[in-house]
Amino acid sequence: MELRGGAGYEGPQRRGSLMADTLSAAISIGFHGLAFAMVLYLISVGLSVTMGMMGFVNLAHGVFAMLGGYVVTSLMSRHGVPFAAALAGAALVTALGSVVVERLLYRPLYGGDDLDQVLLTMGLVFMSVAAATYLWGPMEQPMHPPRWLSGEIAIGPRGFPAYRSFLILSGAALVTVLWLGLERTLFGLRIRAAVDNLRMAQSVGINTSRLFTLTFALGSGLAGLGGGLGADLLAINPNFALDNLVYFLIVVAVGGLGNIRGPFVAALLIGIADTGFKYLLPELGAFVIYALTLAILLWRPRGLFGRA
Amino acid sequence: MATEGLVRARLRAESGAVAVFARRHRLHPLEALPWAAAIAAFALFPSYLPLGAQILATILFALSADLVLGYAGIVTLGHAAFFGAGAYTAGILAAHGWGEPISGLIAAALAAALLGLISGLVVLRTTGLSLLMQTLVIATLLHEAANKASVLTGGDDGLQGMVVWPIFGLFRFDLFGRTAYVYCLVVLFLGWWAARQIVHSPFGRSLTGIRENVLRMHAIGAPVMRRRLVIYTFAAGLAGMAGALVAQTTQFVGLGFLGLERSGTILIMLIIGGVGRLYGAFIGVPLYMIAQDRFSAIEPVYWYFGIGLLMVLVVVFARGGIFALIDRLRR
Repeated sequence: MELRGGAGYEGPQRRGSLMADTLSAAISIGFHGLAFAMVLYLISVGLSVTMGMMGFVNLAHGVFAMLGGYVVTSLMSRHGVPFAAALAGAALVTALGSVVVERLLYRPLYGGDDLDQVLLTMGLVFMSVAAATYLWGPMEQPMHPPRWLSGEIAIGPRGFPAYRSFLILSGAALVTVLWLGLERTLFGLRIRAAVDNLRMAQSVGINTSRLFTLTFALGSGLAGLGGGLGADLLAINPNFALDNLVYFLIVVAVGGLGNIRGPFVAALLIGIADTGFKYLLPELGAFVIYALTLAILLWRPRGLFGRA
Repeated sequence: MATEGLVRARLRAESGAVAVFARRHRLHPLEALPWAAAIAAFALFPSYLPLGAQILATILFALSADLVLGYAGIVTLGHAAFFGAGAYTAGILAAHGWGEPISGLIAAALAAALLGLISGLVVLRTTGLSLLMQTLVIATLLHEAANKASVLTGGDDGLQGMVVWPIFGLFRFDLFGRTAYVYCLVVLFLGWWAARQIVHSPFGRSLTGIRENVLRMHAIGAPVMRRRLVIYTFAAGLAGMAGALVAQTTQFVGLGFLGLERSGTILIMLIIGGVGRLYGAFIGVPLYMIAQDRFSAIEPVYWYFGIGLLMVLVVVFARGGIFALIDRLRR
């Protein structure tokens, strides 16, 4: 990820330039970290809910995000579909595709062995690598934001890249909708019930089988949307699901399973820390993030907001 | 009369159970089969010995994964950490002027076992997803460390300039892979022997108990954590040896040695053969690696797809791998 508007050392001409530079760097890191966090959250939140609800170790979640990314980039560049329609298409295609996978492959393994789930979903990841190479070639798919989102927006003396600003705003809007949906609707109530106590939820007459499928489709659709929106942050290439798996799992594990607030805090933490450390200490790279994750998991094995 | 009959039947059943346990550790004639096959392969396929050496080393790695996964029931996604740690230890020694292979191998095993001990103290406190995540994060952490410490490891380009001395000062690593093959075979045999002794010991039986029912093992007072830690450390050492074997015989170590892909594929190879049987590795690894050698050269994309599909099919249709299929056919 590259940063724009960073703090370059300009010499001692101006008093207070160091402070201005520090402030400018902090704003930069905050801005780009926030954009990255939104993408991470959109992709990972569905994983947290489905893992918490069904106890299913789904390592193939990134495949849906990758699919979303491919749908958006190829619809826009090859077929000239408008940006918004391409995003909707990505969410729809991934949601429908995930229903097929869930019904055919995942369902028989609910409540089963961790190992079987790990193997099955790793197998899907490998297949996705091959299928994506076959269909779209080994190269990275370029993401061209529409004209109304290219360039920069000036806020005060600074310019912010328009597309990333859009990413932050639309991410925030989706998060709000998601929270309201989970807290205020009957569907959300049922999801929370099933996460809290699956058997009890079944006993009071919730059709958990259909709930699983719908939740899974929703989570995967969000991942597809996140993959499409974030295509210029997390590059869309055949190894997407394998390369970024650690990031998605970290967000889920640090946030805690089965809730949607934990992953948000985790995504903010990981997004901003990752951006910051890659910018300030490039020689350490992602090392700090992994060490931080390990420390958090040691301190709280069920994540920051996980229930005991 | 009736009670006497019952007592006698009970006694017979008990002595039957004792006999089964007593017989388990005895060598079965079939157990000689892999070794006979390995020696025959040495004579029959002289041009495939380099591949053969890789297969033997990978069997050792899979055996180590089987101890962790099949016997202790620890599902890990980071077993490559130990393989890579061993490979880099042996590799860095050989690249910096100490190319003696046996001591390099031992150093690699010790380094990997130490890593296993330290990381085991951390990861074994949890179970399920958290454990899976921690193993994955530790392996990724090492991968990133090796990537960034390029002065020592060569980073992304891999470690180059390894010079491995002849074994005992006598047997040079030749171009045809003869020395490498025999070296790997001997180390694998020793590793297998040790693993076999452990699995059939009372300690090994208690591990199976922990895998099958942790609560009950806690209830009868077994030191669960300590036993898991011991087997985790031992398996890490074996994996380190496997890594060192590959490093010394190919004279190369790359970041891929530590990657998620390697942790994943070793599980596949093991699953193809069968988990928790000690011999799954001997079937799964050669099948996988020979197929990879045949097909991936033609079209790597299809190979990847085929492997993924195979994993899915094994989980859906053939749980327990080839050994379970054989069991099912026998019945």
